[in-house]
Amino acid sequence: MQTLSRTPLHGRHVAAGARMVPFAGWEMPVQYEGVLAEHLAVRRDCGVFDVSHMGELEVEGPRATQLLQGLLANDLDRIDVGAAQYTLLTNERGGVVDDLIAYKLGDNRYLLIVNASNRETDFRWLKEREIPGSDVRDVSDRYALLAVQGPRSLERLGLPDAPAFTFAEGEIGGVACLVNRTGYTGERGCELLVEAEDAEQLWDAVVARGARLCGLGARDSLRLEVCYPLHGNDITPDTDAISAGLGWVCALEKDFVGVEALRAVRERGPERRLVAFVMEERAIPRQGMPIDEGGEVTSGTHSPMLDAGIGMGYVPSDLAEPGTALTVDVRGRRRRARVGKKPLYRAGEP
Amino acid sequence: MAAAESYPDDLLYHREHDWARVEDGEAVLGVTWYAQDALGELVHYEPPEVGSTVNQDDAYGEVESVKAVSDIVSPLSGEVLEVNAKVVDEPETVNEDPYGDGWLVRIRLSDPSEADALLDADAYRAFVAEQ
Repeated sequence: MQTLSRTPLHGRHVAAGARMVPFAGWEMPVQYEGVLAEHLAVRRDCGVFDVSHMGELEVEGPRATQLLQGLLANDLDRIDVGAAQYTLLTNERGGVVDDLIAYKLGDNRYLLIVNASNRETDFRWLKEREIPGSDVRDVSDRYALLAVQGPRSLERLGLPDAPAFTFAEGEIGGVACLVNRTGYTGERGCELLVEAEDAEQLWDAVVARGARLCGLGARDSLRLEVCYPLHGNDITPDTDAISAGLGWVCALEKDFVGVEALRAVRERGPERRLVAFVMEERAIPRQGMPIDEGGEVTSGTHSPMLDAGIGMGYVPSDLAEPGTALTVDVRGRRRRARVGKKPLYRAGEP
Repeated sequence: MAAAESYPDDLLYHREHDWARVEDGEAVLGVTWYAQDALGELVHYEPPEVGSTVNQDDAYGEVESVKAVSDIVSPLSGEVLEVNAKVVDEPETVNEDPYGDGWLVRIRLSDPSEADALLDADAYRAFVAEQ
């Protein structure tokens, strides 16, 4: 039996009465008092998530930029030092090995924050492709990561309202951390990267400022309302980035692994597209449910803001227009749905 | 607000964490505190049709939380007389009041002797304690 890893905040979760579940090899809090209340706290005020299970890879050396430019779909030349970028690791077929955020720490120094379930895959992917003058290190165990999200999150933490996708050294409650203006909820907020041994002190400081404890359950319903894809569900090594609606992340004018496959998809147009939909009858779509018109559900949940079942899934391209009627096979029952415009819920700020 | 843990003495219990309140050849059915706590906040109730037949130990509907869906198993057999429309509209009622406003269906019993196979509150509490 495989043992589950624990984040530096495990003791805090247990003490707070969290319901712990296995997730991507980690024992993580899925909820504290309840998913709905946690979801609403983030939409209306401020919540804190322990996302220390995510991986951190450092890439540096005189040719670090050259290495990453050949592997990542987005163009790192578009950002300056102190800025971050949503990007993809793609395979030769244009499939998504992982989606991640790249932080430009210096001219040839990057931090990649990657999905927990792909940490080893990503590290190997980069390590095997290393070129002289570039060095890739897995520094995940050094850090904890706290996501503080919600319209009042920055105000509660006493942080300046920096532009989205920038980062800076900061301090909260006397704890030094890297404050990243990023997140996975669609709300204003930040992600705090902190040395593992300082994680509990930072967590306590954030909670003392009024952030509600939130688990992975709310993290999933929040991201799905704003149609952020989840790797493993909505995007995988077998789904190409263009069909997934991530063409905006693909700098097709530069050379990177998979660019030719992606250019071809762009040219002929994808056969199917990842759409978001809202149920028109009371039913909750779930991953793997067939869509009668073609394709299947890749993510589904109940949306607290829309008070309806919502989901994403791949459908034939001629059915991808907002307003198109779909039928989801909910355990043998046909339930009506309609393609929506992404995001299904428009939060206060990206 | 979630209810506090309780297993009322006047109910009969099924090991799949369902309860029955038997009266005059009819029974009101629901899920126990343990079941709703394990599922978390309910966001959907898929009820059976009025007039349909439910069978002891078989699923007759579904309840769904944000993260999981669960069959509701019938502790007794009979014909569905009424579905709790309040729970269809507000599934969280089950979390708030699993034995009161959160009841799921009312049935006319086809074989009242089936009740002998169910647990009383003490036996069910002991069963839950082992879970």
